[in-house]
Amino acid sequence: MNNIHPFALSDNNPAHKKLLRRKRSETRFRLYGLGAIIISISFLAFLLATIFSNGFTAFERTMIKINLNMEYQLAEDKLEPTLENIDNLNFRKIISDGFKENFPEATSRSQILELNELVSKHAYIAAKSTAINAFKQDKRLKDIILWVPASSKIDMLYKGKLDVSGDESERKVSDFQVGVVKKLEDARRLKNSFNWQLLTGGDSREPEIAGIYGSLIGSIFILLICMGSALPIGIGAAIYLEEFAPKSRWKTMAEIGINNLAAVPSIVYGLLGLAVFLKFMGLPRSSTLAGGLTLALLILPIIIVSTRNAIASVPPSIKDAAIALGASKMQVVFHHILPLSLPGIMTGSILSMARALGETAPLLMIGMVAFVRDIPEKITDPATALPVQIFIWSDLPEAGFVEKTSAAIIVLLLLLVIANAFAVYLRRKFEYKW
Amino acid sequence: MPDTLKIENARIKTRKLDVFYGAKQAVFGVDLDIALNKVTALIGPSGCGKSTFLRCLNRMNDTVDGCEIKGKVLLDGHDIYADNVDVVLLREKIGMVFQKPNPFPKSIYDNVTYGPKIHGTAKKKAVLDEIVERSLVRAGLWNEVKDRLDEPGTSLSGGQQQRLCIARAIAVNPEVILMDEPCSALDPIATAIIEDLIDDLKKNYTIVIVTHSMQQAARVSDYAAFFHMGKIVEFGTTGQIFTTPKLKQTQDYITGRFG
Repeated sequence: MNNIHPFALSDNNPAHKKLLRRKRSETRFRLYGLGAIIISISFLAFLLATIFSNGFTAFERTMIKINLNMEYQLAEDKLEPTLENIDNLNFRKIISDGFKENFPEATSRSQILELNELVSKHAYIAAKSTAINAFKQDKRLKDIILWVPASSKIDMLYKGKLDVSGDESERKVSDFQVGVVKKLEDARRLKNSFNWQLLTGGDSREPEIAGIYGSLIGSIFILLICMGSALPIGIGAAIYLEEFAPKSRWKTMAEIGINNLAAVPSIVYGLLGLAVFLKFMGLPRSSTLAGGLTLALLILPIIIVSTRNAIASVPPSIKDAAIALGASKMQVVFHHILPLSLPGIMTGSILSMARALGETAPLLMIGMVAFVRDIPEKITDPATALPVQIFIWSDLPEAGFVEKTSAAIIVLLLLLVIANAFAVYLRRKFEYKW
Repeated sequence: MPDTLKIENARIKTRKLDVFYGAKQAVFGVDLDIALNKVTALIGPSGCGKSTFLRCLNRMNDTVDGCEIKGKVLLDGHDIYADNVDVVLLREKIGMVFQKPNPFPKSIYDNVTYGPKIHGTAKKKAVLDEIVERSLVRAGLWNEVKDRLDEPGTSLSGGQQQRLCIARAIAVNPEVILMDEPCSALDPIATAIIEDLIDDLKKNYTIVIVTHSMQQAARVSDYAAFFHMGKIVEFGTTGQIFTTPKLKQTQDYITGRFG
């Protein structure tokens, strides 16, 4: 008796040919699908790896330890040691003199200039406030020690991002500077510390102190205005269309219009925002108010469509039960339909919010592409948004902005992941098993 | 027009009732009297218009787009389709139980109290508690759920859910209960329980029940109306319809020759 199982497919059996062919094509199809997923994930992995490797160094920055001597400067200026006089001192010069003293081998004018390039141009601000506090505390006038940010060049050099081989004239740092940095390192006057200013500081022309805080606040303002206007209008419109509007030609036209608006390119909404909010209504250019309203128009069709879908997925049997008990239309909507469609509405809203967070083109059109140093305080203040900040920084020539751009992208991606994870969590939590 | 039995104290009367779904007519000139505190069964093959007719009695067809009603439906002599009728008040008087049990995804307690709450007939917890107990007792569900009123209504079995829906309908204190094939989604034991329940309920409520099962109609109802193609073919007491039907069509349906 044959040992072949009666239900096993075998190549030798001509009757099995079709079945085998079908089985093989199914296996092939599955491999294609798997291949597609692997390709997509590889691209994603490559993107993330590039961004992270470029960007994570931006979260650290090089600091240089300096020693302030105000006594010397006061004597030179022939001033009494008072708070007012100290306030008027030239701290740039104090820092510069300090370096000259540390490195007496700097003799030529160019070398002295190179010494001045060691610290950030804005280091004098921190130096001044530290010195004033030291004087207030115990009347100290010298040996005031603090860490200040290094200039972007030195920052890049210490992080190993500058090319130090080749001819000196083709480099950004001179041999002398490289030597000085080595000496500072040996004297333990150089360190990498967490770059808190990246997250709490506003934008700047100097990469070493540039931060995303301004654009983050701008994005938050924009989001609040956007969701605050789009959600009530969108959800209300969806409820009306789904539950109250009688079937008519107007309703059909409105539905077609809304569905198509969801597919319009975002830059067109930028033009719309420019025409309506800036020209017609005269809102301030580059304000978060104008930006938020423009983005609200952008996500309104999406919110309407997703809310309608959520409402339509409420089983009609529940509505029938409520109506048969004598519930009015409003009671059916607010007691039954809205609570039961809430998970879907929330998911749609959060996904729209995530989209609005990342939209750049419409904001560019309404002028949010300018360099804004101050953190916006009112919704009418000029501001910029996180994706626009990324766009601006990616265009700047200084080497220090390369890692900053990637760092800002990391922050934006993190926010989007959090928003999407929150949407998934909410949907799971409120899901109803019918 | 077949000769219809005259009911002495009819709760609901329909006169020349026509129902159109757009251009298509589903119910043709139906005159029917529903007797007070009795069970009237509407029987007939699928698609003969009995559910459509039933839904006219509490104006549930208003929710269907493009549905048009002509004729009169009189509750205690008043046309429920008159202009100044408030459907909310109407549905307080005429309740409905559906084919597939549809409890709200809320607790058993909240299911039963929903009706009284929205009509404002009861607000205090003590009053609501009493309504819940009374309704669940009358629906034959109290003993099974009295210890777990906070559990969701959807956690009950099919038969229990349907009894919950009946309790929910009763809680509003209607005078008429409409039932659209209430047992067709239930197993025979649950069906038997509900049929016993209907027998009990008719002491206090007027009941109209649509059913596919002739055996059920024969067991449960006092009067039966045989529908076919949107018209009433024959109407009479259950005893008469099922033992001595006047028309051959009725006889054929009852003996299972068609439908």
